[in-house]
Amino acid sequence: MNLIPLFVAIPLAMAFVMPLFGRLSRLLPDLLGNAATLALAALSCAMINLPMMVYKVGGWEPVNGVPIGIYLVVDGLAVLMLLIINVIGFAVSVYSIEYMRKYTDKARFYTLFLLMMAGMNGVVISGDMFNLYVFLEVAAIASYALVAFGTEAEELEAAFKYQVMGTAASGFILVGIAVLYSLTGTLNMADAGKVILEQGRSQGALFAGALFLMGFGLKAAIMPFHAWLPDAHPSAPAPISAMLSGVLIKAIGIYALCRIFFNVIGLNLTTSYILMAMGALSMIAGVFLAIGQWDMKRLFAYHSISQMGYVVMAIGIGTPLAVLGGLFHLVNHATFKSLLFLNSGAVVYSTGNRDLQKMGGLNQRMPVTGATSLIASMSIAGIPPFNGFWSKLIIILAAVQAGYYGLAALAVVGSIMTLASFLKVQRYGFFGKLRPVWKKVREAPVFMCVSMVLLALLCVGMGLLLLPGVKDGLLDRAADAVTGGTDYSGLVLGK
Amino acid sequence: MILLFLAIFLFLVGLYGVATKRNLIKIVIGLTIMEYATFLILALIGYRQGAAPPIVVEKMGGATFVDALPQALVLTAIVISLATTALLLSIALRIYHKYGTFDVGKIRRLKG
Amino acid sequence: MRGMTPIVKTVTRGMAGMIFLYGIYIVLHGHLTPGGGFAGGVMVAAAFVLVFLAKGSPEAVSEAKKERSSMAESLGILTFWVLAMIGLIGGTFFYNFLTKGKPFRLLSAGFIPLNNIAIGIEVAGALFAIFITLAVLKAGGKK
Repeated sequence: MNLIPLFVAIPLAMAFVMPLFGRLSRLLPDLLGNAATLALAALSCAMINLPMMVYKVGGWEPVNGVPIGIYLVVDGLAVLMLLIINVIGFAVSVYSIEYMRKYTDKARFYTLFLLMMAGMNGVVISGDMFNLYVFLEVAAIASYALVAFGTEAEELEAAFKYQVMGTAASGFILVGIAVLYSLTGTLNMADAGKVILEQGRSQGALFAGALFLMGFGLKAAIMPFHAWLPDAHPSAPAPISAMLSGVLIKAIGIYALCRIFFNVIGLNLTTSYILMAMGALSMIAGVFLAIGQWDMKRLFAYHSISQMGYVVMAIGIGTPLAVLGGLFHLVNHATFKSLLFLNSGAVVYSTGNRDLQKMGGLNQRMPVTGATSLIASMSIAGIPPFNGFWSKLIIILAAVQAGYYGLAALAVVGSIMTLASFLKVQRYGFFGKLRPVWKKVREAPVFMCVSMVLLALLCVGMGLLLLPGVKDGLLDRAADAVTGGTDYSGLVLGK
Repeated sequence: MILLFLAIFLFLVGLYGVATKRNLIKIVIGLTIMEYATFLILALIGYRQGAAPPIVVEKMGGATFVDALPQALVLTAIVISLATTALLLSIALRIYHKYGTFDVGKIRRLKG
Repeated sequence: MRGMTPIVKTVTRGMAGMIFLYGIYIVLHGHLTPGGGFAGGVMVAAAFVLVFLAKGSPEAVSEAKKERSSMAESLGILTFWVLAMIGLIGGTFFYNFLTKGKPFRLLSAGFIPLNNIAIGIEVAGALFAIFITLAVLKAGGKK
């Protein structure tokens, strides 16, 4: 029995068990929600090192070599994304046990959270364009509702803005799918890739590509389309900010871009230049916008744009080393950015404040939060032993190797600016003299600390993924899946 | 083909509404127009002139059929758009409670 | 919501039941005629909405009703999920495990009618819950 459908089935079932039984006891929602995310994390760890799998939903076998049912495909890239989604999802759900206590309706929170997980897992394992769109919408609609979860004025405003942008993006994606369908007569991504390869890449395919770039670019908040992110991500409750910034923009933005541009349409020089330009722009402009912020979560949100810029730029360069670096940075960003948002949540939980100017010396009262945030800051700024350093190093080396010296220089500049802005966070937030107002502040509760320490350990240990034996199992296979390009269709259709 | 271009034009009309209108409800209407234009595009892609409905019975052998797949896609997309619109409208109503207005110009508590 | 004129109320009394029945008919014949779980569920929900709009009083719209209709929604989805999972246990996710029968009979097409019924319950519950939520929100705004 093949277990791939469980990635969608488990969270979906739990999401709808919640409203039925969630009211029976106060503990039940926490128990069920965390059991589900733990099961998903275990399941995604079990996927490592398995060969590529193709699953035909409903047992619909291809007719004359043309696939007619929905395919679920788990290749190297999908395994990497599943690991990010489910491990971070588990850490976040452990964190929410304590953090979400101040909101009234925990059962409903877990319903939306698990729906978002189901949607993201579905996007990653789906081998069918329309199925990808449907799961993308499940994840996106759940995230709109989660941003508005507190129903305060700012949260509603941010959620409305986010949803208008997100729905417009979905419109572009759907038109793109329609154009691609009219060209190829199939929705299966592997089959579409094969047909495009046989027909030669026409103007229509490029038009579809432009639509996808707009749609997924909006979802991933790459620079010209970034305006909603700094409002939406900080307004959500902290665990959700961690999930949105750490995982959602990657699963429904970057992953889908990679899949469509590398495996279906096939990358050409123009799209490659566009991706590089957009990436470099987000990388630099994001960090310059971030450094002036005094709201802790807003600063982190601008850094998400900047760090996603690194990933998009590396993927745009497109050499195997660059793609490897980009994907590694994607994984690293998921760990340290969700950790940073969880830290900011712990600060808000204890002090009720997220303005850096009013903080100071919190290390003395909140040692765990202070230490983990130091690790995360060092990681994002690219200080040697931590994971962020290795991935940025690979990206810069790859840019130099491919002859894009300007991009490499920009990446270095971006990294230095990142360091500066995180020195600011540490200096004003956690070091320095303790303000008298915060004399009675207590450390965050135990579950929140456990989850932060877990992610901090990942930040420290992730550099090990580059060790020779470990690298081929995970990162190399993910990079191969991307750089293999339109070989994807042959692998999926089995020829 | 003309119909397809008209549908794309309708999509742009919706986009124009989203981009320029200042009333929350009108923005929602603009989004709905965009979505419906997308459904029209999808349905038109599946359309074949003079073809039979896609119900295959054995004796109909060689007849051409309308492509049924885009129709199924449109149905699914309609369901999604229903959920989106309902959520948007309820957020808009809650915003109205908090701010007392539907004017985006006056709803500006988040700074750049 | 104060309710509408006697004309509307009288017409509603006659119509609501028929709309409800027609919705159920559409759900049950989803695999044979245009329509299906979603369209039929919308009609069932519309019958309820019609009654509420015509006779509505502030007390009629309550949190308890919303809870119950969203419970119906969850039950519908879980039924659908169980049907899909039976397929997984027997081989593949969403495997059509029932006999297909003859085309154009009411009892045919395997488990698709069952799926349609599950979707019908889910959509009716969800739409009615959406309606009540919006109505509660609107009533709350007129303080």
